[in-house]
Amino acid sequence: MPIFVDRRLNPKDKSLGNRQRFLKRAREELKRSIRDRIRTGKIADVDSEHAVSMPARGTAEPSFSDAKDSGKRQHILPGNKHFAPGDRVPKPGQGGGGSSPGKTVSEDDFRFVLSREEVLDLFFEDLELPDMVKLNLKEILAFKPRRAGFAATGSPTNINVGRTMRNSHGRRIALRRPKQEELDAIAEQLAILEAEPQSAGPVRQRIAALREELERLERRRKRIAYVDPVDIRFNRFDAQPVPNANAVMFCLMDVSGSMGEREKDLAKRFFVLLHLFLKRRYDRTEIVFIRHTHEAQEVDEETFFYNTQSGGTVVSTALEEMRRIIEQRYPSNEWNIYAAQASDGDNFVTDSERCIGLMDGQIMRLCQYFAYVEIIDERESHIFGSTDNGTSLWRAYSAVNQRWPNFQMSRIANASDIYPVFRQLFARQPVFQKSA
Amino acid sequence: MANQTGKSGQTSKSGQTSKSGQTSKSGLLFSGSDWDFKTLSRAYQAIEALAIEELHLDVYPVQMEIISSQQMLDAYSSVGMPLMYRHWSFGKHFLYQELLYRKGGRGLAYELVINSNPCIVYLMEENTMALQALVTAHAALGHNHFFKNNHLFRQWTDASAILGYLDFAKGYIARCEERHGVAAVEAILDAAHALMEQGVFRYRRPPKLSSERQREGVRERLEYEERSYNDLWRTLPPSKDGTKANETVTGIAERKKTLNLPEENLLYFLEKNSLVLEPWQREIIRIVRVVAQYFYPQRQTQVMNEGCATFVHYTLMNMLFDRGLINEGAMLEILRNHSNVIFQPGFDDPRFSGINPYALGLDMMQDIQRISTEPTAEDRDWFPDIAGNGNWRETLLDAWANHRDESFIRQYLSPALMRKWRFFILADAASEPHYEVASIHNERGYEKIRAGLAQSYDIGASRPDIQVVDVDLLGDRQLRLEHKVKNGIMLEEASRDATLRHIRTLWGYEVSLAAIDAQTGGTLNERSTSQIGE
Repeated sequence: MPIFVDRRLNPKDKSLGNRQRFLKRAREELKRSIRDRIRTGKIADVDSEHAVSMPARGTAEPSFSDAKDSGKRQHILPGNKHFAPGDRVPKPGQGGGGSSPGKTVSEDDFRFVLSREEVLDLFFEDLELPDMVKLNLKEILAFKPRRAGFAATGSPTNINVGRTMRNSHGRRIALRRPKQEELDAIAEQLAILEAEPQSAGPVRQRIAALREELERLERRRKRIAYVDPVDIRFNRFDAQPVPNANAVMFCLMDVSGSMGEREKDLAKRFFVLLHLFLKRRYDRTEIVFIRHTHEAQEVDEETFFYNTQSGGTVVSTALEEMRRIIEQRYPSNEWNIYAAQASDGDNFVTDSERCIGLMDGQIMRLCQYFAYVEIIDERESHIFGSTDNGTSLWRAYSAVNQRWPNFQMSRIANASDIYPVFRQLFARQPVFQKSA
Repeated sequence: MANQTGKSGQTSKSGQTSKSGQTSKSGLLFSGSDWDFKTLSRAYQAIEALAIEELHLDVYPVQMEIISSQQMLDAYSSVGMPLMYRHWSFGKHFLYQELLYRKGGRGLAYELVINSNPCIVYLMEENTMALQALVTAHAALGHNHFFKNNHLFRQWTDASAILGYLDFAKGYIARCEERHGVAAVEAILDAAHALMEQGVFRYRRPPKLSSERQREGVRERLEYEERSYNDLWRTLPPSKDGTKANETVTGIAERKKTLNLPEENLLYFLEKNSLVLEPWQREIIRIVRVVAQYFYPQRQTQVMNEGCATFVHYTLMNMLFDRGLINEGAMLEILRNHSNVIFQPGFDDPRFSGINPYALGLDMMQDIQRISTEPTAEDRDWFPDIAGNGNWRETLLDAWANHRDESFIRQYLSPALMRKWRFFILADAASEPHYEVASIHNERGYEKIRAGLAQSYDIGASRPDIQVVDVDLLGDRQLRLEHKVKNGIMLEEASRDATLRHIRTLWGYEVSLAAIDAQTGGTLNERSTSQIGE
C-alpha cells in the first residue's frame, strides 16, 4: 500500500529565490537590454512585461568540455538507408560534428520574460529626481495616528474594554470581592431557615449569624467596585509624521497647428516616461493636462493627445493656467509639483518676455522641477544640436535656465533621443543638490 | 469483455453509481479519465501484485506525491530533487524549462522519481487515470526496482540518506549565506559547479553519507587539524641541501604519495588540500561533490534505467489488459503515450537529437526476451548462454542488477537489433572536410558497432580525463593538472580557461593544465592561470 501525499497545495514558486538570484547576477546586461528596448519601442509598453534574451556574460556555466573541432571521434547513428563502408559524407556547414547533435535551442541562447515589476526596477534603478531627499526631510507636514500601547488617561472614546476588564478582574480577585453567587447562597439558606415555623435557639442564632454575614458581604461588595477608575485603560496613539508623498505633474503642450503628429508623439513619450517615474516614487501622483494655443485650458488625457485645435501660440496662457490650478487645488506645501512642457518653440515674440516674468516671479518657486523639451525637426537637429541659438521660446527659457537650478531644457529630434534626454534631466546630480 | 465495456459506456447516463457498479462487476480497475486516491491506490495494488508475481520485481516502499505542473517545473530546475539549496543557475534552468514548456516545445514528464527509500514518485495532477496507471508501473515499479537492485546504485548511492543529506545541505548553505553573504557563497558554488564533472570518484567507492552527528564531529576535527598543524607553517629552517633533496625523484614521489596523487576527483582534492579555504567553504564543496556523486550512477545507467521502466510498464499494462483489468479506451491511450515515449527518428530526420534511451533500452530488453524464448541460429551463435534458456525473467533481472549501460550494450546488443535500428558508424576526423562511413550493420560491422555504441555510453571514457598530478606545497604551490588527450580531442579553450579560473579561486594559487597525449605521453600544450588573467 503506497503512501499518498497531495502536494498541490504546497507553496508555489519554490524557485523564486533562484530566479531573483539569477536576475541579480544578470543585472547589468538586462539593464542594457531593457534600455535599448525602450529607446526603440513604444513607451506606452514600458509598464508591462518584456522578453529579453539570455545575457551571455556572467551567466555562463563553464566546465571542461571537448573541443568539437579537434581530434578523431565516432558517431554511432541509427537509420542507415544506403551507406556502405567507405562512403564519404560532406560535413554540414562549418559545424564540425554537426550531424550528430540535433539543432535544438541551446540552454545559453534563449529569451525569457521579465515581469512588469522587474522591468521597471531595472529601468529606474539609477534614476532619481533631484532634491528628492531634501524634500522628504523638509516637508514633514502630515501626521498620522499610530497605535502606541496603552495609557491610564485618555478620552472615553479610546477606552480599551479588554484591558480595562482584565485589570478589573484581577483587582476583584486580589481584594476578594464577594461574588453574587455567595450572596445568593446565604440568602437562600436564610430563606429556608426563616421559612421553618418555629425556630429553636440554635437556629435563631444561626439566622442572626447569617444575616450578619450577608450584611458584611454586601458592604464589602459596595466598597469594592466592579470597575474602578484605576482599572481603566485607554488606547494610546502617537502622532507619527508622514513624509509628503503626493506629487502632481503638469503636462503642458502646444497643440497649435505647428505641432504635428510626430511632435505630439514625441511629447507624449516624454510625458509617459515622466509619469511612470513619478508613479514609482510617490504614493500618490496626479496629472494635470494643460494644452494651449493662443488660449489654454485644462483637458483630459484623451483630448490632450488626440484632439487638434487651431489657433496661434501664446505660451504664457498655459503658464497662467498652471499657476491658477496650483493656487486652487495643489497648495505647494502639500504637493510636490513637477511640470513638463513640450513645444516646438514657436511663440509670439512679445509673449516670451511675459513667460520669463511668470516663471521667475512665481512658477519656479512653486515647482520642484520644471522640464522643457523642445521638439525639433530631424533636419534641424544638427544645426541646433549644440548652440544656444534657437526659437524665441528657447532663448527666453535659456535665461530662466541660468537663474534656476531646478529648471532643465533639452531638444528632441526623434524617438531615440528621448531616453538619453530623460536620463540627463533626471540623472543623479550631487553637485547640483549641493548648490540648491 | 469488449462488449460489456462498450455497453457500460452507452448506459452510463443512468448515473455514476450504476457505472461504478458495473465496472467493479466487470473487474475493471477504473474507467473514465478522472482519478481519485482510492482508484490510484487500487491500481497500484493490482499493478504491484502483478509485478511481483509475474516479473519477480523487488521494490522499495512507495510514496506517491501529486503535484501541479508548476511544481514539476520547480523540480526540474533543481535537478529533479525535492529539496535543493539555492543558486542562480537553477533559476536559469527554470527559465529555460519554462520557456520550452510554455512554447509547447516540450511536454513535461508525466512523472519524476527519486532514488530514495521510500521511493518518491511524483505524479502530475493533469494526468488522466490511464496515464497515472502507466506512470505507476513505469516509475513506482520499473525505476524503483532498478534503483533497489542495480549494483551501481546499491554500491554508490545511499537511498535512505539522500533526502536527509539534502535537507542538511539546503539549511547549511542558507546559513552560510546569512553569515558570509550571498556573493561569497555564490563564488564558491560557481566554482564548485564548474568542477562537478571532475568531482566524482569513478573507480574508488565514495565514503557513505554520514549522519548529521558524525558530520559535525568530522567538521570539528577538521577545524582542529587546521588550527593545530599545517605543513606550510613548518618553522624549522630547511637545511641547505634539504630543498635540493625535495627536487629529487624520490622526493617528488614521496610528496605525491602523501597527497594521494594523482587524484581524479578535483573537488575532493581541493576540499581536502586547498590552503585558502575556510571550513564552511570546504563543506560547500563537499555538498556539491556529494550531489555530483549521487547522480553519477544515474548518468551511467540511462538506457538501462529507462529501458527497465519502459519494459516493465509495457509488459504490465499488457498483462492488465489481457486480464480484463483495464478497458480498450485506456489501453489505447496508454499505447499512444508509450509510442510517443519510444519514438526514435533516424539520423537524417530533423527531429533527431541522439539515441532515445527509452527506445534503445526497451528494444534491447524485448530482444533479450525474444532470444531466450525463440532464438535464431544467429542468436545461439552470439549468445550461447542465454539463447533458448526459456527464462527471460531471470535473464533480465540479472542484467538489470549487474550492468551499466556500457557493459549492458557490450553484452546484449544483438545483430538482429542492429539490423532493425540500421546502425552505422560515422568516423569524424576534425582535419577532414568529410565524414567517412566506417561500419554498417553487416557481418563485419556488428562487433565494431556494438563496441562503439558501448564506448559512447562509457561516461568515464567520454568525459575529459583530468587529474591532479602534482603540487609543491613548500615551493610555488602551483597546482598541476593533467589532461589525458585521447584521439587528439582537445579541450574547448574558452570554457577551459574559465574553468581554470574557478579552480584558482578554490586553490588560491596558480593552476596549470598540461595536455598529455594518452598514447605517446608527450605534452601537447600547457596552460597556466598566470597566462589567463582575471
